[in-house]
Amino acid sequence: MTALAALIRRDIRIALRVGGGALIGVLFFLTVVVLMPFALGPDLALLARLGPAILWLGALLSSLLTLDRLFMADHEDGSLDLIVMSRTPLELACGAKALAHWIAAGLPLVVATPVLGLLLNLDALATSAVALTLLVGTPALTFIGMIGAALAVTLHRGGLLLAVLVLPLSIPVLIFGVAASQAAISAPSSFGTPFLILCALSLVSFVIGPFAAAACLRHGLD
Amino acid sequence: MRCVRGEREVFAGLDFVASSGEALAVTGPNGSGKTSLLRLIAGLLLPADGLIALEGGDDELTLAEQAHYLGHRDALKPALSVSENLLFWQDFLGGETTDSAESLRAVGLAHATHLPAAYLSAGQRRRLSLARLLTVWRPIWLLDEPATALDAAGQAMFTGLMRDHLARGGLIVAAVHGQLGIEARELRIGAAS
Repeated sequence: MTALAALIRRDIRIALRVGGGALIGVLFFLTVVVLMPFALGPDLALLARLGPAILWLGALLSSLLTLDRLFMADHEDGSLDLIVMSRTPLELACGAKALAHWIAAGLPLVVATPVLGLLLNLDALATSAVALTLLVGTPALTFIGMIGAALAVTLHRGGLLLAVLVLPLSIPVLIFGVAASQAAISAPSSFGTPFLILCALSLVSFVIGPFAAAACLRHGLD
Repeated sequence: MRCVRGEREVFAGLDFVASSGEALAVTGPNGSGKTSLLRLIAGLLLPADGLIALEGGDDELTLAEQAHYLGHRDALKPALSVSENLLFWQDFLGGETTDSAESLRAVGLAHATHLPAAYLSAGQRRRLSLARLLTVWRPIWLLDEPATALDAAGQAMFTGLMRDHLARGGLIVAAVHGQLGIEARELRIGAAS
């Protein structure tokens, strides 16, 4: 446990220091969402209808942007070799890295959502629904994205490959995340069903992500 | 043991034994597979053929878990300070550890503990990596050109560290070009010219 706590602490600390990149994701999220009203025009009803989808797209794209570095930095400076050799199972180490990444890069997106909801003419209920689905859904994006990040490291190809690999796997999360948020706004459909499926997707990704990433790293190192 | 990397056979028919208290100096021309051999022992590469076995170690742990690997890359985070870097590896690698401040003194970095690692020179980065080997006890040291970038005083210090390690019953396998600095058995690999 000490080892995992140390790894989480280190990754968060690096992310928050100068050049760490924790803020890049939030800034990108902010940019995407702020530009939308300008592109769509001042139709408040339209903005409110598209709001949840825009917020979710922004979160998805910004998580892709930051996931690139999840293993790359450790690979470049040789830390990854030592992590693979260590007495901590690689699966747990991968899980710890993903958790640290989510705390540093995913959680700020959730925190920023209420502010950005104002720009998209979302009322309090809709904003909290989107924030809640993002809180539950972004861990799934991180843990699924971790598989792509591990593959990108072992195949020596950076960001583009990550996007191509991870986006198709992220589509279910996007669908149910937006569906749950929309359901909270328009009365007839139920919020519970898509929300629970979103929770299930996150839980599945917690199990599959670390194992798949660890397998990629083990077989791909050289 | 045979090693193949990307279709190319690096070496084949390699067979050697190293025992505790002994240093093995792996020599050979560039590209002969010295680093590959160390990475094979560290479990970071898989041998195409053959077996690497540790006798008399801890049965619960794999060979890699009882070894330190000091490669070309320093495994240091520029954003973290010297002591943060070392403390992280101490906590993460675990096992039997000693006081990290003590090992920083031993490698001559006691004055720089709060400096970000980004400000260190190449020699100081190497010294910090060596402090990791001191702080966390591992019987096997796998060193890839360990004396690179060290000044004369640093090399003398490093020789002393290796002597102490061997005296404690440790084992060193080091890839070197020149002299390792201590009595070592030589293992020559690659095309002998």
